[in-house]
Amino acid sequence: MKIIVCVKQVIDTAAKISVKDGKIDATGSPRVMNPYDEFAVEEALQIKQRKPDSEITLISLGPDSFKEVLKKGLAMGADRAIHLHDSLFDPLDNLGVAQVLAKAIQSLSFDLILCGRQAVDDDMAQVGPALAILLKMPFVSVVTGLTFSDDFTQAQITRQIEGGSETFESPLPVLLTCQKGLNMPRLPSLKGIIAAKKKPIETLDATAIGFDTGSEGSAHVKRIDLSLPPERKKGRILEGSLAQSLPELVRLLREEEKVV
Amino acid sequence: MSGDKHIFAIMEHIQGAIKPGSFEVLTASRLLADQMGGQVFAVYLGPESESEIDCESLIQYGADRVLILRHSALASYTVSAYLEALLPVIESRHPEVVLLSASIHGKELAAALSARLKTGLGSDCISLDFNSAEGLTIRRPVNSGKAISTLVYDSTRPQIATLRANVFRGAGPDASRSGQVECIEVQISENSLSLKVKEVVQETGRNLDISEARIVVSGGLGMQNAGNFKLLQDLADVLGAAVGASRPVVDDGWRDYSNQVGQTGRTVSPDLYIACGISGAVQHLAGMSFSNCIVAINKDPNAPIFSVADYGIVGDALEVLPLLTSEFREVLNA
Repeated sequence: MKIIVCVKQVIDTAAKISVKDGKIDATGSPRVMNPYDEFAVEEALQIKQRKPDSEITLISLGPDSFKEVLKKGLAMGADRAIHLHDSLFDPLDNLGVAQVLAKAIQSLSFDLILCGRQAVDDDMAQVGPALAILLKMPFVSVVTGLTFSDDFTQAQITRQIEGGSETFESPLPVLLTCQKGLNMPRLPSLKGIIAAKKKPIETLDATAIGFDTGSEGSAHVKRIDLSLPPERKKGRILEGSLAQSLPELVRLLREEEKVV
Repeated sequence: MSGDKHIFAIMEHIQGAIKPGSFEVLTASRLLADQMGGQVFAVYLGPESESEIDCESLIQYGADRVLILRHSALASYTVSAYLEALLPVIESRHPEVVLLSASIHGKELAAALSARLKTGLGSDCISLDFNSAEGLTIRRPVNSGKAISTLVYDSTRPQIATLRANVFRGAGPDASRSGQVECIEVQISENSLSLKVKEVVQETGRNLDISEARIVVSGGLGMQNAGNFKLLQDLADVLGAAVGASRPVVDDGWRDYSNQVGQTGRTVSPDLYIACGISGAVQHLAGMSFSNCIVAINKDPNAPIFSVADYGIVGDALEVLPLLTSEFREVLNA
């Protein structure tokens, strides 16, 4: 089975951020693989364990530093990586990113495409579904369970929805966006890290994939402001014994806040 | 009609029962339409006929027209069938704006619509504004709420946005409103059905979803073990609340990941969030700090959770919870 996994780099979720010149500033905070993309990489690796002739290709669109997440994915066990890197990609919105990915992926052969359910920086949950639409293939987002028929031609896919779950059956190829609960991503082993040094990372620019920024490169949404959320007003610690403070809390929530 | 700026509000329902988030989408659509000067279409997809749908409520919440797109293959949501039903209607009626709930289905469908129509998308919006020059301006949390981004769209239409639950509630139904109902029998090709729904499980009863509930009571490592979450469930039952959890609790297997609040879990904005034995890691704060009112119960007076709380009780959650539950029970049953 040929598996493509889309990954990106984000600021570590433990970072506190500030805003500088209309951009997120997290200088000094570590950059990591998007946590949901780790589930996608892990799922590909587990499929390869069951079907050893599988090939796992990582693909990432972003600046030079994104090579780090490709190296991590290779160290986890992926076979090869493609880095889409061009300053022409900088002004793209999420749909534009999906268009570039589609352009790069359509020349490859694949049975399965795995993405994270969303990137924890932009939180748009757009690129995976958009990529599937552009490649004209079925997809399921926010997947928490995946099994295959014995001949690996059909996938059974489960996802959580609000207050429940859904199970689908789809022929391959299919695109899935992966959610926490699907698996437990492994850490790269020392052996994996050494092996990764010999694995190829191919860098492609807009010309190499035939991406026409004139017709496809204009963003449909544009950020005009980025700010920190308003500070919450200073709270109040309810002092005294619980026999005093709890009735007061209940009164406040009912009579002042009117939330109960 | 093509000169008017109409809004399509896409309804979500469970076998005909409209979901609360969809009424919020209608409320937001009404406010926007009043600024834009167009009509609100409540777009309902399913096998149900007009008499099986509560069109009255859709109109009272803001719809000028209820547009039923009917086909037996729409009995369960699949993105491909929904797309095939919706696209011809969008292409023939040219809505200016399409609004959906920021639910699993809503976000998936919105991303797919945007890719098919090659128009702009903003997901998980917390506010919508309109001006005649640029159309919509939206605000949405990024980095799970650590920052807020303001977006404008280019000139392509429709502008698509998904709306976060509990943010657009408004004044409720207006019984004096009137509207029309229109039903279209749509075509769904075999091709759109390659992805087959095998099973849909809807939990009923007390297991409210944390992103939809108006009150969330949430537990962290201070709950000490999985069994003690019974104390949270007891409080939740009294309040009609959903039970959430912090990431370490989920990673330790005490609670299912669907209950996790935070940057790698769910982002919630309930009326009331009660954090019990949660210290308040930055990822957790990101996921819940848009809640209207926050109560923190923690034995460490220096826990970061108190920095976002409106009210704090310094004490052991295991000791406080049973007392708080009986206090609420007494008052609410009085």
